Amino acid sequence: MFAFIIARLFQAVPVLLAVAAISFAMFAYVGDPVSQMLGQDYTEAQRIALVKALGLDQPFWVQYGRFVWAALHGEFGLSFRLAKPVGGLILERMPATMELALVAAVLALSVGVPMGVYTGIKRNGLLSRVFMVLSLIGVSLPTFLIGILLILVFAVLLGWLPSFGRGTLVQIGGWSTGLLTLSGLKALILPAVTLGMFQMTLIMRLVRAEMLEVLRSDYIKFARARGLSQRAIHFGHALRNTLVPVITVVGLQLGGLLAFSIVTETVFQWPGMGLLLIQSIAVADIPVMSTYLLLISVLFVTINLVVDLLYYAVDPRLRIGRGGRH
Amino acid sequence: MQALARFLDSDFLYSFRRNPVAVVSALVLAICIGGAVLAPLLAPYNPFDLASLSLMDSFRPPAFIADGDASHVIGTDDQGRDLLSAIMYGTRVSIFVAALAIAFALTLGTAIGLVAGYLGGAVDAVLMRIADVQLTFPAILIALLVDGILRAALPREFHDRMEIWVLIFAIGIARWPQFARTVRGSTLVERGREYVMAAQVIGLSSRRIMTSHILPNVLGPVLVIATLNLGLAVLDEATLSFLGVGLAPTEPSLGTLIRIGNNFLFSGEWWITIFPGVTLAAMVLSINLLGDWLRDALNPRLR
Amino acid sequence: MALLDVENLTIEFPTRRGTLRAIDGVSFAIDPGEVLGVVGESGAGKSLTGAAIIGLLEPPGRVAGGRIMLDGKRIDDLSQERMRAIRGRQIGAIFQDPLTTLNPLYSIGRQLVETIQTHLGLSDRDARARAIKWLEDVGIPAARQRIDAYPHEFSGGMRQRVVIALALCAEPRLLIADEPTTALDVSIQAQIIALLKRITREHGTAVMLVTHDMGVIAETADRVAVMYAGRIAEIGPVRDVVKTPAHPYSEGLMGSIPSLEHRVERLRQIDGAMPRLTAIPAGCAFNPRCPAVFDRCRTERPELLPAGATRAACWLHAGGR
Repeated sequence: MFAFIIARLFQAVPVLLAVAAISFAMFAYVGDPVSQMLGQDYTEAQRIALVKALGLDQPFWVQYGRFVWAALHGEFGLSFRLAKPVGGLILERMPATMELALVAAVLALSVGVPMGVYTGIKRNGLLSRVFMVLSLIGVSLPTFLIGILLILVFAVLLGWLPSFGRGTLVQIGGWSTGLLTLSGLKALILPAVTLGMFQMTLIMRLVRAEMLEVLRSDYIKFARARGLSQRAIHFGHALRNTLVPVITVVGLQLGGLLAFSIVTETVFQWPGMGLLLIQSIAVADIPVMSTYLLLISVLFVTINLVVDLLYYAVDPRLRIGRGGRH
Repeated sequence: MQALARFLDSDFLYSFRRNPVAVVSALVLAICIGGAVLAPLLAPYNPFDLASLSLMDSFRPPAFIADGDASHVIGTDDQGRDLLSAIMYGTRVSIFVAALAIAFALTLGTAIGLVAGYLGGAVDAVLMRIADVQLTFPAILIALLVDGILRAALPREFHDRMEIWVLIFAIGIARWPQFARTVRGSTLVERGREYVMAAQVIGLSSRRIMTSHILPNVLGPVLVIATLNLGLAVLDEATLSFLGVGLAPTEPSLGTLIRIGNNFLFSGEWWITIFPGVTLAAMVLSINLLGDWLRDALNPRLR
Repeated sequence: MALLDVENLTIEFPTRRGTLRAIDGVSFAIDPGEVLGVVGESGAGKSLTGAAIIGLLEPPGRVAGGRIMLDGKRIDDLSQERMRAIRGRQIGAIFQDPLTTLNPLYSIGRQLVETIQTHLGLSDRDARARAIKWLEDVGIPAARQRIDAYPHEFSGGMRQRVVIALALCAEPRLLIADEPTTALDVSIQAQIIALLKRITREHGTAVMLVTHDMGVIAETADRVAVMYAGRIAEIGPVRDVVKTPAHPYSEGLMGSIPSLEHRVERLRQIDGAMPRLTAIPAGCAFNPRCPAVFDRCRTERPELLPAGATRAACWLHAGGR
């Protein structure tokens, strides 16, 4: 188990270093950070001083090493646009994105999995067909359009829910949360539904497809032949076997949630990392972009690691060397 | 003739005709693509013709609403453009971008997959590792970052002129790994076949073997992926344009139109955003429904 | 009274090009403790018959006619839930491939305990003790330790032993064994057949042994039913069917078994192939391939007619009435 984690961590390091290299190359070579930071009026001496201060006169590997070192200490340079340390900027906005993504993920899983199981079991039922049609619409509607439609209905026409912002926030340590106030929760509903919709339909369709596959398998046939109850067959035997592929996709989709939160945050003016990224891309604020890339890679690698561990928990075939051949 | 007769009698066509969803989807898709391609002939107005635009005409509601105007069936946008015409031209732009982006992704991915699969070894390991890493990130994020980098790297004025090509490049780059993986897989299979060995024995160059012998044999699955990815690319384009990093409002795609309309959602001019949105959704939905049907039709076990 | 009585069973598959009749008027009975072998080529309908008896026909296949009686009570029209209570408890089943028949994610002990508890309502501890006893019974060494092992930790032959334990652990009175040895190594096949014979005799379980291997039947079964194109061609005591087959098809089938007792110049084979379900000929389904065919065979379908010790669906025996 421990060795397994270590092995996976070692596989992750080259990936992270490669992403860091791309991120650094963006930082160092794309655009002209020096002139951006100096603005209109500057002397040659000022420019040289800044080049030195930024270490831009050093060879690539030295700069790259320093970049990684600084990144490990949470220093990512200054945003061109806001002239503030990028680390702090992103950190400030992280709670908003995390809360949004987590609530969306919980929503997607808690609705998507049961719907997938249901449509898998009652393959030709009326309700299944309705779910399938709804899911296809969910997959086909782009996130931003879902957001716009929800705003139109629930904010503009009905006036029930706010259409932008996070509502009233509560500070807990360095974390600003909207989960503890009514207005914060109300503000979270539409964005979370918008963001979770796509993953929800995807999870549902995947669980359904896997259920259908598994229900055709010999061991399900044998379980039926032994007279096990429908419940035991569907939820004990079939669902667990669908979990392995579902975990992979759900893991990847959690990453997808972070990416698509960019869109959702734009629609709902949600003050998270995604909105920051979009504002930065529009003005080519490279340090923010490169830091975002680096940070999201770390998140993805972490998610992949967790997915691997879940596999390990679900599938005994991976637990080599345990129990076994006496 | 015989082939046609066999096709008309095939289970494939039978299952298509018996499936009303597939038929309707094909119809909707045909209308969308037809309307887009033939926009210059069919559209009631030319939304790019600045001379014909008048701010007097702006924010006209659709004809079927109380104070609507019969000359603009589904109303006009903030600049007085006829919305129906704008949608037709916008769909044209969207399909153009998506098709070229997928063509680019297909070419790049196929080339990389062929090389990786045929040469194997370290080349294969490196290329596929890159593909794997990229596949962990959602395509839209890659497209967004590529677009952002190019925005920073290219001179402002040049970037604005090349905007549509930048967009095509960004979407294409984001979608190559899937093609590469598939092609590599089939290439590995083909490489072991007798005809490839025969070609090697008679001394053909690797390049020749790859392009004229292996390539034709691995294209089948590639085309299926291309079709399915087309819908996704349409969404990519719309999303990027909506986010404001795609096309400029002067040459509106569906995404741009929705973005423009979104600004007027609260003031009651819902049609500017809803009609392009419905068009986009209908198009992508019918691509997905057709894809779904196709997958089931080709997989007899699910019948 | 017969334990199982299948009367005039008909199974159909509705398809786009009309309804296919996969099983057409099949009748047979199995007595308590008896082993009935069912042989025939693939597609003859052996497995379908088995699936129909345990109520696990895969849609769109359906029982279109006839009756299936267990202990004189009709079971083919029972509700899902009533049928479920019969499966495992009254009628057990084993399938072909032990590698895919066990759920890979649960220990074999869990699968055994679950089955035992479903039907016998024992406590956890008793069910586990019973499971260990079953594993010992089917010849799993160190059963007490291995009960918590997962299927992938066993070899194919060992897994089929586990499958047998699972099928019998709720003490059914009839076991439907569908090609139980086909997927196994030849060296293992004899062991599994011997195990099946011993354990069903010990528990007095009747067996419907579906196979295409005449050798297995000859060694194991009391009676044998020969199936051809969804019909029974001949049914009777295994000795008689093997030694003096009454149906030309059974004769052809027996002729294709190598024998140690008699020297035969070459093994015979039956010309042609079994008809597809879409093109079953009128009259006797075997008539295009039959060496002894005559006019009546092409127009009238023969019922099972007494023919010596067996009964055969063949007009050759029409006179014996």
